[in-house]
Amino acid sequence: MTQPAVVEAPRFSVERWGRTSVLAVSFAVALAVGFAFVPLLFSLNTTEKATSLLILVLLAVMWNALAGYGGLVSIGQQAFIGLGAYGTVWLCNHNWNPYRAMIVAALFCGAVAVGLSPVVLRFRGAQFAIGMWVIAEAAAILVSLDQSLGAGTGTSLIELNYYTPTQRQHYTYWLTFGITVFFLALLFVLLRSRVGSSLQAIRDDEEAAASVGVSVLRCKWILFVVAGVGCGAAGALTLANTLFIEPTSIFGVDWTAYMIFMVLVGGLGTFEGPIVGAIVLFVIQNEFGNNGVWYLVGLGGAAMAFALLAPRGVWGTLEERFGLRVMPVGYRLRRQS
Amino acid sequence: MTWVNDVVQGILLGGVYALLACGLALMFGVMRIINLAHGDLAVVGAYLVLVVLDHANISPFLALVPVLPVMLIAGYGLQRIVLDRALRAGVLVPLLSTFGLSIVIQNILLEKFSPDVRSLGGQAGSIATGSWSVTNAISISQIGALIVVVAIAVLGGLQLFLSRTQAGRRMRATAQDPDTAELVGVDSRAVYARATALAVAIAAVAGLFLAIRSTFYPFAGPTQLIFAFEAVVIGGMTSLWGTLAGGMILGVAQTVGGQINTQYPVLAGHIVFLAVLALRAALGRQIS
Repeated sequence: MTQPAVVEAPRFSVERWGRTSVLAVSFAVALAVGFAFVPLLFSLNTTEKATSLLILVLLAVMWNALAGYGGLVSIGQQAFIGLGAYGTVWLCNHNWNPYRAMIVAALFCGAVAVGLSPVVLRFRGAQFAIGMWVIAEAAAILVSLDQSLGAGTGTSLIELNYYTPTQRQHYTYWLTFGITVFFLALLFVLLRSRVGSSLQAIRDDEEAAASVGVSVLRCKWILFVVAGVGCGAAGALTLANTLFIEPTSIFGVDWTAYMIFMVLVGGLGTFEGPIVGAIVLFVIQNEFGNNGVWYLVGLGGAAMAFALLAPRGVWGTLEERFGLRVMPVGYRLRRQS
Repeated sequence: MTWVNDVVQGILLGGVYALLACGLALMFGVMRIINLAHGDLAVVGAYLVLVVLDHANISPFLALVPVLPVMLIAGYGLQRIVLDRALRAGVLVPLLSTFGLSIVIQNILLEKFSPDVRSLGGQAGSIATGSWSVTNAISISQIGALIVVVAIAVLGGLQLFLSRTQAGRRMRATAQDPDTAELVGVDSRAVYARATALAVAIAAVAGLFLAIRSTFYPFAGPTQLIFAFEAVVIGGMTSLWGTLAGGMILGVAQTVGGQINTQYPVLAGHIVFLAVLALRAALGRQIS
């Protein structure tokens, strides 16, 4: 019997930061700093548009956190969007400062998510998806029964009239900017932590992750509550940006359609993808927003096509094709020569 | 006595939900997927009947006859083009792609047929408005009774198909274990396509009765999907006859809720659904 030849195993080093990612993170930080000055450099109209872009980014990032990392497809995140907006109205009716009310309303949405979580996180697949949808519908009915919130005809945030239009638009922008950057940073830190490794394992295969000791339910709980706060904040900020809301639109399932579109086009389960998707939707809304029907047919069709043909979206496909790792949320192996 | 009448009306209302739900339950039972465009496909069925009626002065029931083969083919195509691919791509993709499809269908309907609210009640003749009085307080509408009879016939037909025919046995085998069924020569893709074709055709039947009994418009689908899913869950997810019970429980919850407050019917149904779902999740935890 001959001895098997000893093959020297190739040596690998594990790395997190490459040259691209150092550049990318510096660029992202610089971009964020630049975005902080938008209200000072541009007109009110541009500021309003930038606010709506940031809200789209926030929504896409939250939905991606749920579906992309937690495997939780929710068709009912509009429950939190609506509660965030109406929570703000309710607090303002009780003499709160509107901007403070927005933050408290978002935290209230987090509390609602905590309350719902022991029940809804037990639902699987379609039960969770449609269960959340039904919760959103029920919340819309309850709100529309409340006369003090304007019932079915809607309400506006008159408390914001204490500010001049310029102040109002600037404050709303900076609050939106702060919240969006906060959630992006939170997710970045979360994904790089121990929880992040668990989340990426759940994303790739939930059962396999559970079998190696990942606490799937705990990870899902974190994402569900974070997404509750984030979507609640997005709802409150939408109210501040548009000044008027009604139950059927703020609790409408269209929000989910937009979130699914952004995340699928950008890249489900990637950090950067939802941001790309939000920019794509923003551009489409500004360029083609008036062609109502076909615009929506296009959105639905694109969501379908990406789900079926390129499930990792634009960004995920680029990452795969070129081996890109822009934001350092994962690890990669480098062969040592 | 009004309570008894509410329960009777709820049971009759449950017939439509059962018809809507059984296609959903069939697809879930065979493939473990929920088609989020199911409600929209029912509405498409109603619009196709409307198109037939535009060209021929016949009863809507007769107009359904040419619509059914179209819907069978549509279901077959849906499976082959969209769902087969979605099934291979994991658990999330069927939900995401059928949600996309739902938006596409709604907006194409809006483009073709305007947002007007339509009804086929007028063209269905006296059966749409007629009713039998049981007592002074209780009356049974003829269309309601007909829907319940049709729902029972459809469920009975499905039951016979699944238990007595070769194709039905193949479908049950594939539902239990597609890999093993493949080993003994069952083409699971063909079985899936047949199941979806059947489900979509039954959705069209449900759409017709929805259109005769009440109204429809391009965006009516999601509400019907929610009701159908509620009936499926209340009925036990995979049981066909369970959808009849589930539909009727949902119907009764809505009519009794409406009696408490005119704004409550849908909310009452949602609450019963969420309670059943929560109870089942809690019991499932104890068992496992």
